[in-house]
Amino acid sequence: MKKKMTEAEKREARWAYLFVAPTIIGLLILNFYPIFNTVYQSFCKTGDFGKGNVFVGLANYSKVLAAGETWQSLWNTIKYALIEVPFGIVIALILAVLLNKKIAGRSFYRTIFFLPMVCAPAAVAMVWKWLYNTQFGLLNNIFHSKIAWISDPKIAWISIGIIGVWSIIGYNMVLFISGLQEIPGDYYEAASIDGANGLRQFFSITVPLLSPTTFFIVQTRIIGALTIFDLMFMVMDKTNVALPKVQSIVYLFYQYSFTNGNKGYGATIVMVLLVFIMALTWILQQAEKKIVYHA
Amino acid sequence: MESYEAKQRMNTILTHIVLIIMSFIMLVPFAWMILTALKTNQESISVNPFYILPHNGWHWENFGTVWKSYNFITLYKNTLLMIFWRVVCACLTATMAGYAFGRLKFPGKNALFSLVLIQMMVPAQIFIIPQYLMVSNMGMLNTMFGLVFPGMVTAFGTYLLKTGYEGLPKNLEEAAMIDGCNIGQRFTRIMMPLTRSSMVSLGIFTAVFAFKDLMWPMIVCTNAQTTTLSAGLAKMQGQYGSEYPTMMAAATLAVLPMVIIYVIFQKQFVEGIATSGGKL
Repeated sequence: MKKKMTEAEKREARWAYLFVAPTIIGLLILNFYPIFNTVYQSFCKTGDFGKGNVFVGLANYSKVLAAGETWQSLWNTIKYALIEVPFGIVIALILAVLLNKKIAGRSFYRTIFFLPMVCAPAAVAMVWKWLYNTQFGLLNNIFHSKIAWISDPKIAWISIGIIGVWSIIGYNMVLFISGLQEIPGDYYEAASIDGANGLRQFFSITVPLLSPTTFFIVQTRIIGALTIFDLMFMVMDKTNVALPKVQSIVYLFYQYSFTNGNKGYGATIVMVLLVFIMALTWILQQAEKKIVYHA
Repeated sequence: MESYEAKQRMNTILTHIVLIIMSFIMLVPFAWMILTALKTNQESISVNPFYILPHNGWHWENFGTVWKSYNFITLYKNTLLMIFWRVVCACLTATMAGYAFGRLKFPGKNALFSLVLIQMMVPAQIFIIPQYLMVSNMGMLNTMFGLVFPGMVTAFGTYLLKTGYEGLPKNLEEAAMIDGCNIGQRFTRIMMPLTRSSMVSLGIFTAVFAFKDLMWPMIVCTNAQTTTLSAGLAKMQGQYGSEYPTMMAAATLAVLPMVIIYVIFQKQFVEGIATSGGKL
């Protein structure tokens, strides 16, 4: 049974619709129409400027799924995530714990660690590319080595991962610090009185009570890492022999959609990414119920 | 108790050592970027002997050369304008929608809010091809409108502001209601000013996100006159990738404005990012 709305309720509803209208209309045009359009395009062979779409059924899917390149790029992306996510999180957690103590120069350190977060990845990647330069780069000069950091397929994915870790540490650290500050100080006092040392306190108090924060960071970073594009695009030249072993799935999407102008094929790659990320999100949400400690 | 104090001091020293080593790792790329920018091309690739500091004079004029030859003034202007419009659009639409979702009752609220949640869940790459085609069909490639287009509304910001409004005490509005304010007045005079910190977070987040974005400006603004710093750098690298001092001077100029703003407003930056927890 639906109640009839009073005059005041009607007035409130009218204001509410007025307030949400710009956002909802915007989301429908900018995001929801594109979702359906991308799905539609993945079934089409695309002409120039999206005109003259020819319905080709599952042809794009059979091509994309049969291409070794697709799976290689997906694997490259996963490998990148396997470096960026765990290292970026563990180092950030250590730094956050250290900076959460009363220590001189706290905000100075924090400012430095967070610095890469406000730098355009395009510029960061250019600088690292120069550091990695085989002949003239700083790294090979310091270590007196001749390592082909970004053109040896066996190493290049690690080199890119290192840039990713360097870039993200400060961001993860700041999130960890705000999580740490919510843990009541008396827990640690009580533990000290009971004779628990620093390490024991870390694993028995910090880790479980920080788990919601940790889980949030893990989740956002996994999704972030799986959609990596800028670093690969800026560091890897098109002629780089290591490119096929490094390019991410979004890089592949960009290449097909905007360099080769094959938007139907590009849309299909995005659909593969979408399915992959949705599946992963679902798994993570199931895992959250088991792993995260809810006080 | 002396051993306890000695242990504490040892701990502090060890902590500082770890933090200093880490700071060093974080700063080396920046230092090398600036030092390379000050060298001559010849010097930057002279490996043996290996010089850290420029030894043929400090070539500050490299910055001037890059500034002029790559039209940095245009890139700065485009980037700044794009950030400005995106921040204005995001804050305005999100604060209105956030208020309605957080404080008002209306039929269909949950269904409409689920649109916001769905947008946040799907990877943003799924929007790009159709968004590009829309901009292109409107004949708006290489325009400011094209740059701002995907950022006109924000699901994430709406969610953030909704949380902000929900956190405000209920009786605030009741008092205003008794005084005879309508909903519009309650919103603009009482509620909106109270969510200032959420708005600042959203503004900073939007600005940093727009500043860092590479793919969108690269595809909608292919022209060097209309593009942003990020996409401009990508263009430069393609053309002059092996002139290292030039490239490093360009990179320095590209990161400098945001770094300066960050150092001045670092408290707001760090809090903004930490409280919003958005995916950058």
